[in-house]
Amino acid sequence: MAGDNVQTFTDGNFEETVLKNGVPVLVDFWAEWCGPCKRLAPTVDALASEYAGKVAVGKLNVDENPTVSFKYQVRGIPTLLLFKGGQVVESIVGLAPKDDLKKVIDKHV
Amino acid sequence: MPTRNVVIIGSGPAGLTAALYTARANLNPLVIEGLESGGQLMLTTMVENFPGFRDGIMGPDLMAEMRSQAQRFGAEIIQGHVSQVQLCEEPFKIKADDAEYAARTVIIATGASAKLLGLPSERTLMGHGVSTCATCDGFFFRGHDIAVVGGGDSAMEEAVYLTRFASKVTVVHRRETLRASKIMQDKARANAKIAWELDSEVEHINDTGKGEVTGMTLRNNKTGVKKEIPVSGVFVAIGHTPNTSLFRGQLEMDQNGYLITHDGAKTSVPGVFACGDVQDHIYRQAITAAGSGCMAAIDAEHYIDNIPEHLAAV
Repeated sequence: MAGDNVQTFTDGNFEETVLKNGVPVLVDFWAEWCGPCKRLAPTVDALASEYAGKVAVGKLNVDENPTVSFKYQVRGIPTLLLFKGGQVVESIVGLAPKDDLKKVIDKHV
Repeated sequence: MPTRNVVIIGSGPAGLTAALYTARANLNPLVIEGLESGGQLMLTTMVENFPGFRDGIMGPDLMAEMRSQAQRFGAEIIQGHVSQVQLCEEPFKIKADDAEYAARTVIIATGASAKLLGLPSERTLMGHGVSTCATCDGFFFRGHDIAVVGGGDSAMEEAVYLTRFASKVTVVHRRETLRASKIMQDKARANAKIAWELDSEVEHINDTGKGEVTGMTLRNNKTGVKKEIPVSGVFVAIGHTPNTSLFRGQLEMDQNGYLITHDGAKTSVPGVFACGDVQDHIYRQAITAAGSGCMAAIDAEHYIDNIPEHLAAV
C-alpha cells in the first residue's frame, strides 16, 4: 500500500499534478506484475515522507496509463522520473538505494 | 548497540533458509534483505524443479512462503541495503542505510545479479528497450520483434515467456551449442515464434541518438560477417555476477569474485559463512541455494556453541 504522502498520477491528471506543479515531482512508473517495482515501493514511500512539502511524490501505473508512459519512452520498470517545471530533469532506471536517490533529488530542491 | 548472534545479508532461498534454521535454533537471526529482496526467483514465473511442488510454484509465491516460514519461527527480516561491512574483528559490524549492526556471526547470502554485455549502447538504452527482466518489461513489447541474448536456462525461459507478447523473439548466442538444459532447449525450439542467431555476438545496439532500441548489429563468430536485425527490445540473459564488492579485501574470493568456502559454508574468516549463488558458480539452483543456506546456519550454530567440529551433532 502506498503511504499517505504518495499521490496517484494518471494520464488524466498528469498535466495538472505533475507538469504544472510548482515543486519538483518524482514519478514512479510501476505495474502490478513487476517484482522490482514492489521492492522499490517502500523506498518511494519513505522519500515521499522525507520530502513532504518540498517534492511531490507519486506513482503512475503503466498498464492503466499508456499515454504518459509512451510519451516519456518508458520501456522498463521500475523507472523514476523527476520533473521540474514540466521537464524531465532526472531519470533512474531500476532499483537504487534510498541514499543514492536522495543525492539525485537533492540536486533539484 | 547490542550484538546479535546472527546477521544474514540477503533474502533469497539461501538467506531465508539460513534464517529458518537459525531461528529454529533460537539464535534470533536478523535478515537484512537487500535491494533485490527475495532474490532472482522474484523475477521468474513457474518454478518446476523445486521438490515438493508437483505442479510447480510461481517464483514470487515460493519466496513469500519461505519468508513466512522463517518469520513464523522468529526470524526478523528488515528492509535495508548493506553499504559496508567490517569483518576484521569481532563483533563484526554491518552498516545498512542509516543503521549499524553488530554480530557474532555473519551469513552472506547476497546472491548474484544479472550480467550485462558491457556495451556503451546497452547502458544508454537500459529502460528504453534494453532490459534484464522479462517479467517486468515484456508488456512493453506487445506485437513487436525483440531479441534475447544468451544460451542458458534463463535465456530459454525468457524467450518462451516473451512470445506471449512479442510477434517474434530472436535468440542470440555466441556459440553454436546452447548451455541450457535439454528440457528448456526443447521448449524453446518447439516454439514457432522463436528464431535463432547462433555463433553470433552483439556488437552494437541501435539507436542511442533516438533514445530507443531500433535494432542490433550482430557479428558471426565463424564467418566474421556482420548483419543488422531490426528489433525494438533486447533482453539480456547472459548469466550472473556475484554480489561481493562489499567483501573485497576482507574475504577470499576466486578470480570471478565468487566467495570461496571450505568445510561446509565457512569463508576465510572464522564466524563468517556464505551460501547460495554468492559462492556457487556451478549449480545455481533454488534448491542448492536453500541447501547451502541450511549448511551455513548449522555452521554458524556450531561456531556460536563453540562445539569442536568432530563432536558437533546436528
